Amino acid sequence: MKSAVLVFPGINRERDMARALKLASGNETAMVWHAETALPRGTDLVVVPGGFSYGDYLRCGAIAARAPVMDAVRDFAAKGGLVLGVCNGFQILCESGLLPGVLMRNAGLKFVCRDVHMKVERSDTPFTRGYNAGQVIRVPVAHGEGNYEADEETLKRLEGEGRVLYRYCSTDGVVDEASNFNGAAHSIAGIVNERGNVLGMMPHPENHVEEIMGCTDGRGLFAGLVQQFEKAA
Amino acid sequence: MKARVTVTLKSGILDPQGKAIEGALKSLGVDGIASVRQGKVFDIELAATDKAKAEAALKAAADKLLANTVIENYRVEVLS
Repeated sequence: MKSAVLVFPGINRERDMARALKLASGNETAMVWHAETALPRGTDLVVVPGGFSYGDYLRCGAIAARAPVMDAVRDFAAKGGLVLGVCNGFQILCESGLLPGVLMRNAGLKFVCRDVHMKVERSDTPFTRGYNAGQVIRVPVAHGEGNYEADEETLKRLEGEGRVLYRYCSTDGVVDEASNFNGAAHSIAGIVNERGNVLGMMPHPENHVEEIMGCTDGRGLFAGLVQQFEKAA
Repeated sequence: MKARVTVTLKSGILDPQGKAIEGALKSLGVDGIASVRQGKVFDIELAATDKAKAEAALKAAADKLLANTVIENYRVEVLS
C-alpha cells in the first residue's frame, strides 16, 4: 500500500501517521506539501492528519480545505481512491465538501485529551475490515472541536446508509450520553462519504499501534487498509 | 472601498460559546440579557470602485471561505 500524508502548516500528527502506516504496510510514506497540485504516482491512500492547520484560524480546517493539494485529493476521491482524515483531517474533509456536516465546539466547551472507547459499527468496509462488527476499541482523542453535527436529513441518510463506521461508547460497548464526551450527534466518531471511500474520524488510531504506547487497538484500521490492497493486487 | 462581511450562526445551530458569554454577562449582573449568539465580522478593503463588482467579490469571498454555509449565514455591506 502506497500512502501519501498531506502536510499543512500547523499540522503536528503527520509523523505519527507516517510511522503507523509504515508499521502496517512496510512501505515508506510520501509526505505531500499543501502547495503541491498532484499526488505521487501510484498513491493508494491519502491521509489528512491531525494538528492545528493554520492555527485553526477562521474555522478548524477551513483554510487547509482550500489548499491547492485538495483539488488533487478531490479528483483522487472522485476516482474511488481511499482518503482517511483524522481529527483536524476530519475537519478539513468536512470543510472541503468531501464529507457532509461540520465539527462544532465540544458541547462541554473543553479541549478533551484522553483515551475513549468507540464501537466499530460494521466490518465490511476498507476502513473497518481489520475489526469485527460490534468490536469496542480504545483510542486517544485530543480536540476542542469534535462535536459532529449535521442537519436531520443528513443524519438520517448517514444512519440509513450505514455510513457511521465508528461511534463513541462505554468500555463495554454501550452507546449512551455519558460516553458521548463531546456531544456529537448520534455519538458519531467517524463517518464515510456516500461512495464509502472517504473516512473522517476524530480519534487518533495512529497513536495506539505499538506496545510502548500502552495499547494497540488502532492497528486494526491500518492492517485492514493494507489487506484491502493485498486483496486487490 | 471599505466593506464589511458579517457571519452569524444559523438559527437552530447550537452555539456553546454564545451560551458561555450569556452566562458570564448574567453573572456580571448585566440586566435584561435574554440570549447571546457569537459571530464574526470581517472588515475588508477592496481595490474595486464599482459597488456591484465589490459586492460580487465579497459574496464570492463569503461563499468560498469566510462562511461555512452549512451552519452560517452572512451579510455583505459596502460601507464607502
